[in-house]
Amino acid sequence: MRFRIERNPSPVWLRPLIPLLAIVFTMVLTSTLVLLVGANPFAAYYYFLVEPLSSRVSAIEVLVKSTPLLLTGAAVTFAFVGGYWNIGAEGQLLMGATAATAIGLQMEGVPPWLAIPLMLAGGFAAGMLWALAPALMRVKLAIDEVVTTLLLNSVAFLIVSALLNGPWRDPVSQWPQSPEIAASAIFPKLIPRTRLHLGFIIAVVVIILIWFVLTRTAFGLRMRAVGLGSDAARFAGIHVDRTLLTAALVSGGIAGLAGVNEVAGIHYHLIDAISGGNGYTGIIVATLGTLNAWGVALAAVFIGLIDTGAQSVSRALGVPSYLGGVIQAALLLVTLAFLLLQHYRIRRVR
Amino acid sequence: MSFSIASPAVEMRHITKRFGPVIANDSVDFTLERQEIHALLGENGAGKTTLMRILYGLYHADDGEIRIKGEPVTIHSPKDAIARGIGMVTQHFALAAPLSVTENVILGYTEGFRLGLPDARLRVAEAAQRFGILVDPEALVKDLSVGQRQRVEILKALYRNADVLILDEPTAVLTPQEVEQLFEGLRRLQAQGLSVVFISHKLHEVMDITDRVTVLRGGRVVGVVPTAHTTQSELARMMVGRPTYGVSKPDAARREDVLLRLENVCAEDNQGLPALKNVSLNVHAGEILGLAGVSGNGQRELAQVLEGVRSCTGGRVIANGHDITNAGPDKVMAAGVGRIPEDRHESVVAEMTVAQNMALEHLDEFVRNGMLDKRRIREHAEALIEAYQIKARPDDIIRTLSGGNMQKVILARVLERNPAVLVVAQPTRGLDVGATEYVRQKLLEQRQRGAAILLISEDLDEILELSDRIAVIYEGEIMGVVSPDVDIEHLGLLMSGVHQT
Repeated sequence: MRFRIERNPSPVWLRPLIPLLAIVFTMVLTSTLVLLVGANPFAAYYYFLVEPLSSRVSAIEVLVKSTPLLLTGAAVTFAFVGGYWNIGAEGQLLMGATAATAIGLQMEGVPPWLAIPLMLAGGFAAGMLWALAPALMRVKLAIDEVVTTLLLNSVAFLIVSALLNGPWRDPVSQWPQSPEIAASAIFPKLIPRTRLHLGFIIAVVVIILIWFVLTRTAFGLRMRAVGLGSDAARFAGIHVDRTLLTAALVSGGIAGLAGVNEVAGIHYHLIDAISGGNGYTGIIVATLGTLNAWGVALAAVFIGLIDTGAQSVSRALGVPSYLGGVIQAALLLVTLAFLLLQHYRIRRVR
Repeated sequence: MSFSIASPAVEMRHITKRFGPVIANDSVDFTLERQEIHALLGENGAGKTTLMRILYGLYHADDGEIRIKGEPVTIHSPKDAIARGIGMVTQHFALAAPLSVTENVILGYTEGFRLGLPDARLRVAEAAQRFGILVDPEALVKDLSVGQRQRVEILKALYRNADVLILDEPTAVLTPQEVEQLFEGLRRLQAQGLSVVFISHKLHEVMDITDRVTVLRGGRVVGVVPTAHTTQSELARMMVGRPTYGVSKPDAARREDVLLRLENVCAEDNQGLPALKNVSLNVHAGEILGLAGVSGNGQRELAQVLEGVRSCTGGRVIANGHDITNAGPDKVMAAGVGRIPEDRHESVVAEMTVAQNMALEHLDEFVRNGMLDKRRIREHAEALIEAYQIKARPDDIIRTLSGGNMQKVILARVLERNPAVLVVAQPTRGLDVGATEYVRQKLLEQRQRGAAILLISEDLDEILELSDRIAVIYEGEIMGVVSPDVDIEHLGLLMSGVHQT
């Protein structure tokens, strides 16, 4: 008996269900790990997925956790739709955070209505700038952006590290962290006594904006055409290079906003762990959300839920909170496999 | 009594093959007698190639039986087929270009550890001699013409002791002279005992070379006739299922004004080698200028230069009064040039919808208040689908369309703008008879309207049928411009690079 893989697209009704199927399959897959550490998988998934939503405080914490993911997910989506494989959201986020810190430190006495827009603009510009070199290399020299954007992440991390161990080292504690930014530069809280801040609104606005641009404008359709078939797009008179450059720079800018968000909304100073891997997790969010703005929003909240749940499950069952990371990574692989397999069918041949 | 009659070389009975919901072969019977040249005739998608791929072991039939010389067989792979004496030459040759003819012939047919190349060379030369195939065993395949490469493929099959040879559209890439040489060779091999399956949709070739014809339509056999007892029009009717009319070319519509002018255009191919050498052509309003040539002589590069997707290294291109030398696709379109490219997937985004693709070249016209006017995009598509009889809905993904409907989408998108100049490359390649007639009719309508049309085609019949004048290209050079009632011999000589005297 032999098997053969044939190209055969799955029916249309199945497509929106694929991320859901991927989530279920991932849970089955990772339940063996839960069993290995001696916990009951059903209990574990209860704490992962249900418990965080059972109280108002922890439900709001899910939104806090999903805020940077909404931004990095949007950033990655914007690039991927245009066929630009930006793996550098992490570095662009770090540069956005660095710019936000630099500006925030100077905002003493500046009113918030000026300080906050200045930081957002600075963070966006820094993210764009960090995305510029790989984008130019791709467009002018045909150098694969997957490699260049990925490598620049480490460079960005080293720059942050150098700043924190050099000029920005906290003069009081001597820890490798920057002094706190000016009070007027800190994002106001949306709900008192929670961590939910202005950044969440900004993230939602960005999601709505990318939805609008990608689905309602001529530029969005051109970008989609470039992403789906750059030769055909070029043939139709679309300026492919210009479109790719725009996709890359806007993507970098949005990732930069995620960096501003972490500095001005959560930490109030720069630390080397400022990103918490949100730049990379943005790739998971974009993929799981099938490069659709609403899908990305759902995926960001879902990953935010797992992040929050990872802490409650480790408190309740003594399971290492790393399990949350393992589940996220497994989810990415399973989703990618499912998205690929939807075009194929495995058949038995005689 | 029965053993006095030799059993047929190949018998295929009730062969059925499904691809998902599509039935490619529906209980097909096919018999190849010994020493017979047997045509498998049918439109694209009729199931000819599928049937022969089953015989050659590339596909497996869902149902049916195969007998070779009376013996029931199961063919798992081409290896089995070769062992049973079956050889197949496809349109895409499976030759290693940097290797010699001998190396290609013995490749995959060597025994033991040692190659024994000198012995092999003698054996290949001897085989070439015996089968009357004129080819130098020591020549490198990359230096051979397409016709010579085909001979190497045939030699490869015969060297493996094939006595049944399947030829899949063997004349598609040949000049008229090379076709004649191929046919002479086949007749000689037939006399030596070879049986041949000749897959084709060219009626005059079928009449010329074959002894019997099996006609397929929609995966079924519609008839088996001795070639001597049939006519081209009867075969055409069997193949298409209705009488065919062809297109009738109205009287000349040519005017004096030149709408497309190429002056000493030079360009390079993807490897950076010269592909066009000082090409100069004039196309008048209301005229179809056919560009004839064997595949790979610069046609593709010339089309791309005019489409705005390849830059030239010299010369000028003037279209409709605008200098479009090295202009991008947007400028070329703005000058009034409509483009039907060779590779349909090069001009439509396969994963986008019919409506989106129809609007893509002129998206700015579908924007209102900064937003895409989705209703206009849809209405525009509906109007074109209606006007051009396209079997598709506006929201269908292009990938799901048949070749004919995909070509109609491209045609509609271009022709609705009444372009002054039309650059058309291989417009009917891979289309069925109905779609082919439709496309040709539309091109003639454009000619009557006054468009200047450059028709680049490797289908010589198409060029002869539609053109007002024919330019012949060989290795990137224009060998001459002739009238369509030219002697076919002369045209063939030009196509093989012999200069006009």
